[in-house]
Amino acid sequence: MIMGKTVIELHDIKRDFKVGDETVHALRGVSFTISEGEFVTIQGTSGSGKSTLLNQLGCLDTPTSGTYLLDGIDVSKMSKNQRAKIRNRKIGFVFQNYNLLPKTTAVENVELPLMYNSTYSARERREAAIEALKAVGLEKRMNHKSNQMSGGQMQRVAIARALVNNPAVILADEATGNLDTRTSFEMLVLFQKLHAEGRTIIFVTHNPEIANYASRNIFLRDGRICEDTFNECILSAREALDALPIEN
Amino acid sequence: MNLFNLLKIALKSIGNNKFRSFLSMLGIIIGVAAVIIMMAIGQGSKEDIRKNISKMGTNVIMIRPGADMMGGVRQDPSAMQTLKQADYENILSDRRYVTKVSPEVNTSGQAIYGANNTSTTIYGESPEYLDIKQWTIDEGDMFSDEDVKTSAKVCVVGTTIVKDLFGENFDPAEAVGKIIRFKSIPFRILGVLASKGYNTWGMDQDNVIIAPYTTVMKRLLAQTWFNSIQCSAISEEMTDQAIDELTASLRETHKLKDGQDDDFTIRSQQEMMETMSSTMDTITIILVVAAAFSLLVAGIGIMNIMLVSVTERTKEIGLRMSVGARGIDISMQFLIESILISVTGGLLGIVTGWLATLVCHQVGLPASVPAWSIVVSFAVCTFIGVAFGFFPAQKAANMDPIEAIRYE
Repeated sequence: MIMGKTVIELHDIKRDFKVGDETVHALRGVSFTISEGEFVTIQGTSGSGKSTLLNQLGCLDTPTSGTYLLDGIDVSKMSKNQRAKIRNRKIGFVFQNYNLLPKTTAVENVELPLMYNSTYSARERREAAIEALKAVGLEKRMNHKSNQMSGGQMQRVAIARALVNNPAVILADEATGNLDTRTSFEMLVLFQKLHAEGRTIIFVTHNPEIANYASRNIFLRDGRICEDTFNECILSAREALDALPIEN
Repeated sequence: MNLFNLLKIALKSIGNNKFRSFLSMLGIIIGVAAVIIMMAIGQGSKEDIRKNISKMGTNVIMIRPGADMMGGVRQDPSAMQTLKQADYENILSDRRYVTKVSPEVNTSGQAIYGANNTSTTIYGESPEYLDIKQWTIDEGDMFSDEDVKTSAKVCVVGTTIVKDLFGENFDPAEAVGKIIRFKSIPFRILGVLASKGYNTWGMDQDNVIIAPYTTVMKRLLAQTWFNSIQCSAISEEMTDQAIDELTASLRETHKLKDGQDDDFTIRSQQEMMETMSSTMDTITIILVVAAAFSLLVAGIGIMNIMLVSVTERTKEIGLRMSVGARGIDISMQFLIESILISVTGGLLGIVTGWLATLVCHQVGLPASVPAWSIVVSFAVCTFIGVAFGFFPAQKAANMDPIEAIRYE
């Protein structure tokens, strides 16, 4: 496997929360690097620090100690507004429950991150959104409103929204958690397609099955990495999808 | 995020909650409309009073004897006998800013013609009186200076007198030349005054008899002083100069030394108008303040709805933040929404208030919308939008994106 440049570099990230008089150590020193073009899953039981790590990776939170370089930039000591800008330019989020704006069309939902980027004109924004919707196979539903779409379609819109700003990394948080098996595999097909196109994807999940389709798997336990393995034989989600019995 | 995008988001959000937005707008609409109507009625009544007073002549100046002390007791001004023929003549001899002068004496009593009689007031005046009051003669003529000199038993009468003494449908032209009696003195009617109706204080201005002041003083009252002297200035603007002139003239004839107070009072119609206006102003202010409170309540209504909206859209706020919205972007979004609600409400309120003013006009209430009240309402609405939208917007901006995005 050819390794691209390093996108994410974590050095001994610790994150403590104060709950009353007690201090909870959610992350007890996490270090790893992720290179461009990797499809990484982060797994672990609830309470393992998955969400806390995701918040760190997504620049939604800052660590208590340790450093985090995203695309070569140290974001671990950035202010709120600086982090907002970094999220806007470098990160694409895909959430479990889609989080689309209600009563808003697909294309407008996809445009949202670019609304907060003043270097885009209204026309460039629209063009980029259409491009992203094509990439997820929704070019025919661009003007459908969020309440007129199925779960799978909504998640595709959400993925398009994560793609539109051409991010350094796509962060998916249980992105298949709300979907049925068939649609879940459809999403995995899409993620594998994006991976094949060279996108860096981090997929946080507690579904061990997904590990088979990723290139690398990180397991968390009690705020530490307990296992970090490269997947030697990546399964094809397309084949798995085709093998599924067709239900009506 | 530029302003245009923010406006689009705010419009969309208002559109998504049409009824709720309209209800919070309604408070502003009612508040602004109330303020506009109150201001319009205040302004309208003021103009109405002004018009009425100026009908009586805005350049009219009245001289009355001042209250004097007699052995330490302040006397009733109407009992003063200080305004004399000499005062009148002195005013006449060197008048510059004063154009017309008429001494006035009056007395009430019964006027009789044949079997009819009526209670009325007879005014002793000079012929210039009609010019001062801006009254006109409909039939016949005013008495002359010659009649004044000879204390002629002549008079002009108002239309009410004609009706009361000669019957309801009597032609006023026929009244000229008839002789009526007032306190057993016969007066020949020389002319009939044009009808003027009731004045602002509800007095019938047509129930008058005007006779030469000399006749009333000598033949009716046997007195040598005037009750008052009525004058008119060249114009409304010259009233102050005319008052100075009259003061100087009267002090001269009354031989007042420099330190002594005036023993007379001079009041102008203009002064009265100002008094009336300032009374109306006070009433208007009270009304407008009451209406302004409804605007305050409306503002609180907007704040309430915005707080609900912020809580309801926590997830949306979380999403916007996670895709790169800064706190300021979020707070601007909500601030613009609240400004939009209050300003739209304000505009609708102005239109409503203006329409209501038209209705007031139809039912005969004097009302006119002052232009500045529209500007002020608009400014106040924008201020309300900012002031009452600020706290909810701040609340939204300070949300933690991690918690907001997981909010259910």
